[in-house]
Amino acid sequence: MKCEQISIFLENRAGRLSEVTRVLAESQINIRALSLADTSDFGILRLIVSNFEKAKQVLKDNGFTVGRTTVVAVEVPDQPGGLHNILALLSTHGVNVEYMYAFVQQSGKNAVMIFRFDRTDQAIEILTQGGLKIIPGDVLYTM
Amino acid sequence: MIFDVELETMPREELEALQLRRLQSLVSRAYHNVPFYRRKFDEAGILPADIRSLKDLARLPFTMKQDMRDHYPFGLFAVPKDNVVRIHASSGTTGKATVVGYTKRDVKNWARLMARCLMAAGATSLDTVHNAYGYGLFTGGLGAHYGAEELGATIVPISGGGTNRQVQLLRDFEPTVICCTPSYMLVLIEAAEQAGIDIRKLPLRIGIFGAEPWTDEMRREIEERAGLTAIDIYGLSEIMGPGVAISCHEAQCGLHMFEDHFLPEIIDPETGTPLPPGSTGELVLTTLTKEAQPLIRYRTRDITSLNYVPCKCGRTHVRMQRVTGRSDDMLIIRGVNVFPSQIETILLETEGTAPHYQLIVDRQGNLDTLEVRAEVNERFFTDEIKGLQRLEGKIRKSIKEFLGVSTKVTLVEPRSIERSVGKAQRIVDLRKKQ
Ligand SMILES: [Zn+2]
Repeated sequence: MKCEQISIFLENRAGRLSEVTRVLAESQINIRALSLADTSDFGILRLIVSNFEKAKQVLKDNGFTVGRTTVVAVEVPDQPGGLHNILALLSTHGVNVEYMYAFVQQSGKNAVMIFRFDRTDQAIEILTQGGLKIIPGDVLYTM
Repeated sequence: MIFDVELETMPREELEALQLRRLQSLVSRAYHNVPFYRRKFDEAGILPADIRSLKDLARLPFTMKQDMRDHYPFGLFAVPKDNVVRIHASSGTTGKATVVGYTKRDVKNWARLMARCLMAAGATSLDTVHNAYGYGLFTGGLGAHYGAEELGATIVPISGGGTNRQVQLLRDFEPTVICCTPSYMLVLIEAAEQAGIDIRKLPLRIGIFGAEPWTDEMRREIEERAGLTAIDIYGLSEIMGPGVAISCHEAQCGLHMFEDHFLPEIIDPETGTPLPPGSTGELVLTTLTKEAQPLIRYRTRDITSLNYVPCKCGRTHVRMQRVTGRSDDMLIIRGVNVFPSQIETILLETEGTAPHYQLIVDRQGNLDTLEVRAEVNERFFTDEIKGLQRLEGKIRKSIKEFLGVSTKVTLVEPRSIERSVGKAQRIVDLRKKQ
């Protein structure tokens, strides 16, 4: 039920982000979702890609600091309060969201969000029992 | 094992008597053969016959690096040029190069001293030495080379640079001893990791590291990541080259200075006053046996202390503490004395940063600013901003706590700080340009 996310440490220097996208493009790896969190000095780029292991290897080979993080992809019902209900459900069970970002897909009417929880296994259990649809990694990578 | 048992374990009384005889002969040779020394002694009102005990050494004037530059290239030679068989020189980054000459006997003594070092490090004639010190005018390469041959070990004279090839030969030639700078050892460890070679599984068992200041923490990190015993070596080209002092593998606590050849003192770098045993200050060296270019009370600029407590290895020669900084490298930040090595210690104690760092000193208005750029360590990388900010804060707080200066800490990508093959370039002082 979990997904592998690649995290990359980036200095805030011109051209570093495009360097990442170039390396991945040259290796025929598709970026499925992307989020950049940054401060004035550095940033952390988070990616969901079509081929995790290959992406990790080519980025490392090109001198990037690469980490592996486990995240969860959740389908958010396309109705008012759809996201709020998910957050409220987790909050009542004491699970915190470290960060989240949107996953862009071509088809389907529901939005997909990527979540990083402080307690991943518990979050999956709560969401499943709450009737929410979780998208497994192998499906997500090829969506 | 001890290479020169009789000399290295000589009772201190006998050693001091030997030192005095050699000092008297040295002062006389310098006075009669080098116009520079004759003029300095005359100005100070001292004759060679005035040296009656080792204490009289303090009456002699100091020799500075500038004196060597002023007499460039051969003005300090004490023998006719015909008797000089080799010349080394330092890179003159801040002016003229300093030149050092050697007679046949000087080269022989140097080889024996380096052989002593290798054996103190735990090596024997059965070992293979991978010598990654640079060959050429720099004393490191040839110094270690002749020592290994004197010992009867097998030497691989690879010199510096060509990191991938070095890693390949570490695997293929199976050396058991490596000589290089500590920062270059870290470069080799990283290159090996990237090439998928586990250095810890190679036969390499002893590392002899010198030519730049480093810390205990860095030593432990190298020992752990490379699976070897890391030994400190000390030397400087003006005095001879590597082989002036070495830590023994039995105690790994301070570097035995070969006192039958070098007479050490510790002085206050500000006033020049000799300090009592155990004090930390600037190391001053007198070469007791050098023929071609003897130096009397040479100010090394290296900060250390001397320990006369007997060592468990049996050597009676004094142990100097690893050099923790140079009086030249000392930075004054808003009136506080800061040695780069202190910052290095703090970085190494803070999990998450590799020991590659750079200090950038600048001035904003009338205020000095210090920025510490430290590489994030891959093994401790977290994908959360607050985790990395916590790391920055932790380093900033430790520096403030231990050194009393406020700094800006910037985490940078691994391998983004330029690696140096020789001495690490760790300080960028932008104030000097203003
Ligand atoms: Zn010892």
